[in-house]
Amino acid sequence: MIQFNHVSKRFPDGYMALSNIDLTIETGEMAFVTGHSGAGKSTLLKLIAAIERPTSGSITINGQNIAQLKPAALPLLRRKIGFVFQDHKLLFDRNVFENVLLPLQISGFDRNTAASRVRAALDKVDLLKKEKVMPVTLSGGEQQRLCIARAVVHRPTILIADEPTGNLDTVYAKDIMAMFYSFHQVGVTVLIATHDASLLEDNHHRIIALQHGKLAA
Amino acid sequence: MIKTWLGQHWFVFNLTLKRLVSEPVANLLSILVMGIAISLPAGIYTLVENLHTLSGYTQTAPQISLFMKQDSTRQDMDNIRVRLEENTRVAGYLYVPKDQALYQLQLDNGFDKAVQNLAHNPLPDAFIVDAENISTDVIEQLLTEMKTWPEIEHVQFDSAWAERLAALLDFGRIFVFILFTMLSIAIVAIMFNTIRLQILTRQKEIEVSKLIGASDSFIRRPFLYFGAIQGFAGGVTAWLIIVYVIQVLNDEIRTIAGLYALDLQLQPPDHGDIISLLFFAAWLGWLGARVSVASHLRHIELR
Ligand SMILES: Nc1ncnc2c1ncn2[C@@H]1O[C@H](COP(=O)(O)OP(=O)(O)OP(=O)(O)O)[C@@H](O)[C@H]1O
Ligand SMILES: [Mg+2]
Repeated sequence: MIQFNHVSKRFPDGYMALSNIDLTIETGEMAFVTGHSGAGKSTLLKLIAAIERPTSGSITINGQNIAQLKPAALPLLRRKIGFVFQDHKLLFDRNVFENVLLPLQISGFDRNTAASRVRAALDKVDLLKKEKVMPVTLSGGEQQRLCIARAVVHRPTILIADEPTGNLDTVYAKDIMAMFYSFHQVGVTVLIATHDASLLEDNHHRIIALQHGKLAA
Repeated sequence: MIKTWLGQHWFVFNLTLKRLVSEPVANLLSILVMGIAISLPAGIYTLVENLHTLSGYTQTAPQISLFMKQDSTRQDMDNIRVRLEENTRVAGYLYVPKDQALYQLQLDNGFDKAVQNLAHNPLPDAFIVDAENISTDVIEQLLTEMKTWPEIEHVQFDSAWAERLAALLDFGRIFVFILFTMLSIAIVAIMFNTIRLQILTRQKEIEVSKLIGASDSFIRRPFLYFGAIQGFAGGVTAWLIIVYVIQVLNDEIRTIAGLYALDLQLQPPDHGDIISLLFFAAWLGWLGARVSVASHLRHIELR
């Protein structure tokens, strides 16, 4: 369970990106975060992985207040989370395989287990044939799928995706969404930020709408 | 568990080697700089040690003369003999009876006239003792001990040159120590800077690793390996430089020594010294990297 209690985030330049957010996301829930550009969607997601720290209020994950975690405890928190970054954050001096391998190296998997998991993840996003390729040569959509593979390869219990379908055509976007649903179905908490209205059509999951850093009524 | 741990380290080791090879010129130059910096004190150390060994073998090693009392008996001589033989600080000794000493005086110095006029032999019986080692401590201890022996009239030691040599060796060692300290600091500084540049170029990789849960030790590891491996390579370079220089010097010495029919050769550092040298160099590289990583990784911001 992820809980926001009166959470505000003011950036050092004084800009109030989020104010007084109260929010509960149940374990295993799937939810969408929507809102205009600059509404604070990315900031909200980053707070969960402690990439940004709140200015006030508390954020608890399974009862643990992550606003109070010591820097040394952050790695363990982040390893439980899979994060699809809005700007991908791929490493361009490593090939596709090595990019997906990184989270497993960080968690200390042995080579063989790691290699088979990487291939399984690449297979899911249909990039297995490109495992030796450098990311620069991938299309925007392929880079996005690579980023998704890296986010799920270590089987996180929380999956956070910031605009995961931004560069994808409708067919791929549907495939990717189907992947997120399947993670949700095996009990993973899934949180997706998007302003792609088509993703929200005929969808029975919760929509968390942000407007200028506040929860829209 | 252990296998995973070893696997991770093996991976980082390979990664580091790849990085070293990917920038061959720059890395070879830094290794060369480190090698030269280490070879200076290590080379002088080798020379000083050689001088030390040589001085132990010279025939003119310091000798202590023990002069017996004029009225000493055969029993007194035997007492001294036993004590000299039992003393571990004595390498050897020579007994010079007074008759022989007088005869020698006649032969050597043309004193024969003067000696013939003597009513009786004024010279005492004597022992000439070789100290086991020329260090001033050993000799000092021997001298104080011998002065307490009742049969002995006088203990004589020409300490001037031995002390001079010992002082020179001490000076050499202190000089080597100072040089080692200063150049070690220089190597740590070089490595500090090298790693700073590396961290700048690997900023994105560090940031991404942190974002997906890398611990500080995971992020530090490749840099520490880089420092240690480059330091080790610097140590190997220093070793090669020293071996080469000794070879060149030995060729030179052989020519000169040949003229005097001497058999002098400088010895290269022994295995223990080489191993210490390599590990010390690796440790210096590691230390520079460690300090650099500690002061630069903190400044990497997550976005
Ligand atoms: N590091 C920062 N320093 C200052 N202001 C920031 C920083 N990061 C974000 N902001 C501001 O906070 C606001 C919310 O940013 P955020 O990235 O959360 O928006 P978003 O909803 O994800 O927008 P988009 O849909 O364009 O990605 C924006 O106005 C942005 O300019
Ligand atoms: Mg955003």
